[in-house]
Amino acid sequence: MSTSHGYYIPHKATWPVMVTAGLFCMLAGFASYLNGSSSGATFMLVGFAIFIIMVAGWFTLQASESESGTYNTQVGISFRMGMMWFIFSEVMFFAVFFGTLWYTRNLSVPWLGGEGTGAATKALLWPDYETAWPTNGPAHLGGKIVDGKTSGEFEPMGAFGLPLLNTLLLLSSGVTCTWAHHGLLAKNRDQLIKGLIATVTLGFLFVLCQATEYHEAYTDMGLTLGSGIYGSTFFMLTGFHGFHVCVGAIILSVVLFRSWKGHFKPENHFAFEAAAWYWHFVDVVWLGLFIFVYIM
Amino acid sequence: MSAVVAEHDEHHEHEHDDHDHGPAKGWLRWIITTNHKDIGTLYLWFALVMFFVGGVMALIIRAELFQPGLSFVEPQFFNSMTTMHALVMIFGGVMPAFVGLANWMIPMMIGAPDMALPRMNNMSFWMLVAGIVLLSSTLFMEGGAPAAGWTMYPPLVLQTGAALPFAIFSVHLLGISSIMGAINIIATIFNMRAPGMTLMRMPMFVWTWVITAFLLIAVMPVFAGAVTMLLTDKFFETSFFDAAGGGDPVLYQHIFWFFGHPEVYILILPTFGLASTIIPVFARKPLFGYSSMVYATAAIAFLSFIVWAHHMFTVGMPLAGELYFMYSTMIIAIPTAVKVFNWTATMWKGAMTFETPMLFSISFVVLFTMGGFTGLMMAIAPSDLQYHDTYFIVAHFHYVLVPSAIFMIMAGGYYWLPKWTGNMYNEKIGQLHFWLSAISVNILFFPQHFLGLAGMPRRIPDYAVQFTDWNMISSIGGFIFGFSQLLFLYIVVDTIRGGTGVKATNEVWDGALQYGGGGTQGLEWTLPSPPPYHTFTEPPVIVPTEYQH
Ligand code: HEM
Ligand SMILES: [Cu+2]
Repeated sequence: MSTSHGYYIPHKATWPVMVTAGLFCMLAGFASYLNGSSSGATFMLVGFAIFIIMVAGWFTLQASESESGTYNTQVGISFRMGMMWFIFSEVMFFAVFFGTLWYTRNLSVPWLGGEGTGAATKALLWPDYETAWPTNGPAHLGGKIVDGKTSGEFEPMGAFGLPLLNTLLLLSSGVTCTWAHHGLLAKNRDQLIKGLIATVTLGFLFVLCQATEYHEAYTDMGLTLGSGIYGSTFFMLTGFHGFHVCVGAIILSVVLFRSWKGHFKPENHFAFEAAAWYWHFVDVVWLGLFIFVYIM
Repeated sequence: MSAVVAEHDEHHEHEHDDHDHGPAKGWLRWIITTNHKDIGTLYLWFALVMFFVGGVMALIIRAELFQPGLSFVEPQFFNSMTTMHALVMIFGGVMPAFVGLANWMIPMMIGAPDMALPRMNNMSFWMLVAGIVLLSSTLFMEGGAPAAGWTMYPPLVLQTGAALPFAIFSVHLLGISSIMGAINIIATIFNMRAPGMTLMRMPMFVWTWVITAFLLIAVMPVFAGAVTMLLTDKFFETSFFDAAGGGDPVLYQHIFWFFGHPEVYILILPTFGLASTIIPVFARKPLFGYSSMVYATAAIAFLSFIVWAHHMFTVGMPLAGELYFMYSTMIIAIPTAVKVFNWTATMWKGAMTFETPMLFSISFVVLFTMGGFTGLMMAIAPSDLQYHDTYFIVAHFHYVLVPSAIFMIMAGGYYWLPKWTGNMYNEKIGQLHFWLSAISVNILFFPQHFLGLAGMPRRIPDYAVQFTDWNMISSIGGFIFGFSQLLFLYIVVDTIRGGTGVKATNEVWDGALQYGGGGTQGLEWTLPSPPPYHTFTEPPVIVPTEYQH
């Protein structure tokens, strides 16, 4: 239905229910898998497939509606507000893990070592434990495997090898993304497409480097999810970030594909903007990670 | 009786044959709908069903506590009931009820054709259903439903059986649902208001909801993060909440309550909005201190982020922390008192009538104030060392949830039922429902203050014999309250089917048009009852009303 002032209100929606069904199936399957059920993984994969197909269908519909001029400026503003507040919710999600890092480093680990009100904790529980960071805790959890057993020894991740390279990769991808946007605004499709190709490539390169880093951590450094609080915060923060980079790169690939097909105009390119905002958000989170996880 | 009785509504018939499409045919309508009224109806019915499901759990709890000893259920199952009762009522009952009211009313109150993002609106609802189905499925699992309390503190919660990952993923789904719903409400309110509906002319219900939506977007991801860490601690070897690995179980409590305290305001701010919308209509006076209501709401929302550790006074915090959280919590009483003052002042010298919505609203003002006072008592850290984890807490939060949030949801239901259905509900039965509820809720929860002060701990299936008398009284009150709610169900069904046979006018309540908005006419009352499937496809002309600041 188009109202007189042109607000587009779709009649019915089949995709959203199906997306939900896919997600439900995936999570129920994952939960059963964690509980050791043999069919859990199958359900999870089927659910994931449904989810992906339905999201793709939904977005294809949105794209074609957008290209056929169904949406007016007001609808465009609604979409942008939606994206902005979605990103804000993601900021809060990351804030939890940054907060966890801050709390453990500055409060709970020192308390375990006897600082503040922790004197009794130290004396009674772990008299030998000295406050330190990085740490895998008083029980020296995880660490390198020696003779088939964990040794409690691990190496923390340095900042100036791959992580520094990754910082450069992501920062330049932010630049190429903006360059592509300028191309779009200047009706320079060639620049738009080249900029997007560069951005997506840099994004996937980042993921590749991160994978290499993880591989090294697990095989050579004894640094795993199980290496106490350092390993937990390290992998949780960088892992969720890496996942977001993957998602962002996939979104940008879709935007690239649409640019190829001739979509987007200087005055109508919400999908591009949303993808770019998301990408910059992922970028900023990385800077936070680089400083608080790797350097400090 | 001040309801304006319709002879016949002239405009009604004509507005039906406009160009708009109606709903899809058959049951499929309810699955694929994008219409804000349909989705509002879905949410409201869902909430009502969950209210009864959660109610049955509450009655199991009260039956077990009727006398000391283990009478009916296993202790483990008892603990599952307290946990599931809270989760079902909060995430399945109260929150969806408010989202349902928001869906139905916000577009009509601000003169918008629908919600800003209708497809996502549909998905929010189904995510909610998916989340609650996942949660309920744990009742039938090995090891039973989660039993560590709705706060899910580790390490206890990590001993949950097969239910744990299901409960965690259900929190994720419910979180996604709430966040999408909140985003939609914000986009609607900021982008869809009719020309002339300035922010400071919006009805208070709209104001409180937009602030609630900010709270939701800010804290639901925090809860999701907390339970994600529970998941990885249990299944992926992390040690966030395990001191042996350098983590800290108290950290979970901080994160949980950083979510949890704003969450309780998510439950109460729309309640405030309903009271601020309904009381002026039946007092036939503009809301006293409209702008101070807006600022007080914003202040409460802001403060709700910086007081969380008042739930953790006994857990072990540096003294500076205890003091800080004690004082910051007490400050909340100031904006809250502003609100109570304004509601009272609105009624002062008003031409009041006492239909069911107003009765519920007045009892809300009184009983909420009681809950606020006990809150203030518990905010005093040294006193809370005595109150914490006793029935006193249970009494406190039930006063601010049942005779407050739930009473105002009921009030909103009675207030708008004639608008939604076009029929008047049975006022006599409505008032009977009110009196039974208002009296029994006090029989149910007031004695729990005494039990708590005398030291009866919460979340236990058995207790020392000296607590018997008050527990018996409380249980009796509980059963009266529970069964009285069937009257509400009856009224809703009866009204949909024609009610008293009296057709509702557009305005329904004498004064609704004039006092039922914020700084304008109450827009929903300019529409026919029931409103056509699509309303305000043309933005309405906004008539500002005089109101005092
Ligand atoms: C003047 C306002 C309020 C103050 C000062 C206040 C203070 C407190 C304090 C200090 C506690 C912790 C007690 C303890 O566990 O030892 C508490 C618990 C609680 N409050 Fe309030 N409160 C206020 C209003 C509200 C409102 C409006 C709601 C909800 C609508 C609410 C819901 C709760 C709940 C659910 C708990 C218990 C959580 C649990 O442990 O399961 N409170 N309140
Ligand atoms: Cu609180």
